[in-house]
Amino acid sequence: MIRRDYDVVIVGSGAGGGTVAQELAPLVKSGVRVLVLEQGPRLADDEFTGRELEMADALYEDGGAFLTADGAMTLAFGRALGGSTVVYTGTSLVAPERVIRAWAVPGLDHADLARRSARFAAQNNVHLLEPALLNDNNRLFLEGCRAAGYAAEQFPLNLKGCRGSSLCNLGCPNAAKMGTHRVQLPVAQSQGVQIVTRAEVLSIGDHALSVAVRARKQGEKGAASEWEPGAYDVRARVVVVAGGAIGSPALLLRSGFGRALPALGAGFTCHPAHILVAEHPRPITNDVGHPKSYFLDRAAAEGWVLETCMYFPFTTAKNLTGFGPPHSALMRAFPRLQMILVLACDKAVPHNRVAVDRSGKPVVHYRFTARTVEALVRATRASAKIFFAAGALRMHAPTADPPLIERGDAGRVDELVDARHFRTGKVSISAAHLMGGCAMGAAGDSARSVTDAWGRVHGVPWLRVGDASLFPDSLEINPYLTIMALADRVAEGIRTEARDLLGGGAPA
Amino acid sequence: MSAAALPPIRPTFRALATAFVPEAASLDEPSWAEGEAIVERFLAARPAAVRRQLRLLLALLDFLPLLRHGRRFRALDAARRVRFLEAMQNAPLLLLRRGVWGVRTLAFMAYYARPAAASAIGYRADARGWQARP
Repeated sequence: MIRRDYDVVIVGSGAGGGTVAQELAPLVKSGVRVLVLEQGPRLADDEFTGRELEMADALYEDGGAFLTADGAMTLAFGRALGGSTVVYTGTSLVAPERVIRAWAVPGLDHADLARRSARFAAQNNVHLLEPALLNDNNRLFLEGCRAAGYAAEQFPLNLKGCRGSSLCNLGCPNAAKMGTHRVQLPVAQSQGVQIVTRAEVLSIGDHALSVAVRARKQGEKGAASEWEPGAYDVRARVVVVAGGAIGSPALLLRSGFGRALPALGAGFTCHPAHILVAEHPRPITNDVGHPKSYFLDRAAAEGWVLETCMYFPFTTAKNLTGFGPPHSALMRAFPRLQMILVLACDKAVPHNRVAVDRSGKPVVHYRFTARTVEALVRATRASAKIFFAAGALRMHAPTADPPLIERGDAGRVDELVDARHFRTGKVSISAAHLMGGCAMGAAGDSARSVTDAWGRVHGVPWLRVGDASLFPDSLEINPYLTIMALADRVAEGIRTEARDLLGGGAPA
Repeated sequence: MSAAALPPIRPTFRALATAFVPEAASLDEPSWAEGEAIVERFLAARPAAVRRQLRLLLALLDFLPLLRHGRRFRALDAARRVRFLEAMQNAPLLLLRRGVWGVRTLAFMAYYARPAAASAIGYRADARGWQARP
């Protein structure tokens, strides 16, 4: 076992870990040694090919096929330098004020999160896409919403030099998406933060991490690890866990922290989603242009959000319900397909949680509440109205049986789309907004939370959490700017306590 | 290096894949091999237990129609295959529904993850984005 000593070790390099790394980087010039450990690889720009399975294998945990314990839902999350910021679409929204108020975390207020979010939005070049770059898939959503009486909003996006490849979810092939691998991690590295990829943290002990560095397999994308493959004993004065809403609670659970923290792993939410498609009479631009330019936020009133989207052939095929000739006919209509992603704003409930199996691997237990299913159904009905108002001939709704609804039946959508057709294991459900598991709460309240409002783990002053696992409940909107804002607070807490945490040499 | 999962179950897998994607019936041998190699790569990255479960599931799906139709799945005509799979995907047991969903996913992977299939359905995404469109 090779021993390495650092002052701060950050586990994970996504929206949380990448932000903490950047915000602690100024400490390096005072002699503070900061290390980022990332389980996934570091890809070179020319390795982002946009090919579906090849990129999914390279960038996602389990190739994007991580399933909940009962196999009923697919959870998509990144496993590469930059974490999920490599594979999202760059949507950058500030947390809703009503949600943060409802979280009721003492010491956390919306104005503070909004101020921090604005700073990262500016750093990431967040802006609205100019109208000339919008594709038909997005324009039809906007027009359909207007005609159906809904107020769609445009997504602010963190792009620089977007060419409209439409391949965001496979890692931008043009280096145009400003994820942490493009912005915060290079800043951190330029100031002396060390980054080690292909480094899996197996467990955390007292100021110590057991780390396995993997060799690059033949044919695998990405550079070899910065360290020689092998087992490492990494010592740290401070550890920041930022492995995401599945990785962070799983790591802390297999390290034994669950004994003193019964809330560890609890409160998992994920905005369960369906992909809906509708066929138009003529080809539309859908697989060119940014895929996710508009959304319709009905979270407060009805518990759902709609987003434009565009997926790839296999992903689309998998997410349609059914098989055989009707399925094939829809796939052959690909150039005429409009797509909408419907997301339910699920709530933290006791039975939805992250656990670990006997080998320490994460297991996500998730059951759909009646409220979540109803939200998906209502969102699907609204989508049907939008599709048909935009001129679609027919649509595919997983919560209808049969799932194809013809234009002539548009008036019967409320009757055809119904919760009784929601059968787990039959309908495809996926989620990419993974939240909770190390919930923030009142300082010292280890019965109901894992950390305080600054990510300090209750009873373990040297251990911090800095990612989406901090969310005590669903955010009800795309989470990445809020993750960055919370991670910024975690870094600020460490800087403020640097003398106590890091010893005499650290700056005040 | 794990042993290939599909060879022992290839006839059943192809019969199921053809029911899920009727166009697969017209695939030539190199195209089948290409699709199955994609699935094989996917399975090789999964635990050995997943490959064992797949073999068991395919055996189950092949033999279950004996109870109702007196023939194995592979020996059923196209219409009966569809009816059987529809019944399975609506089965009261989640295990069965999710099993069919999983095999269906692998069939779609074998068919639609091939560049030729993506091109055949008109998928044209290109890293050059707007520049690649006339």
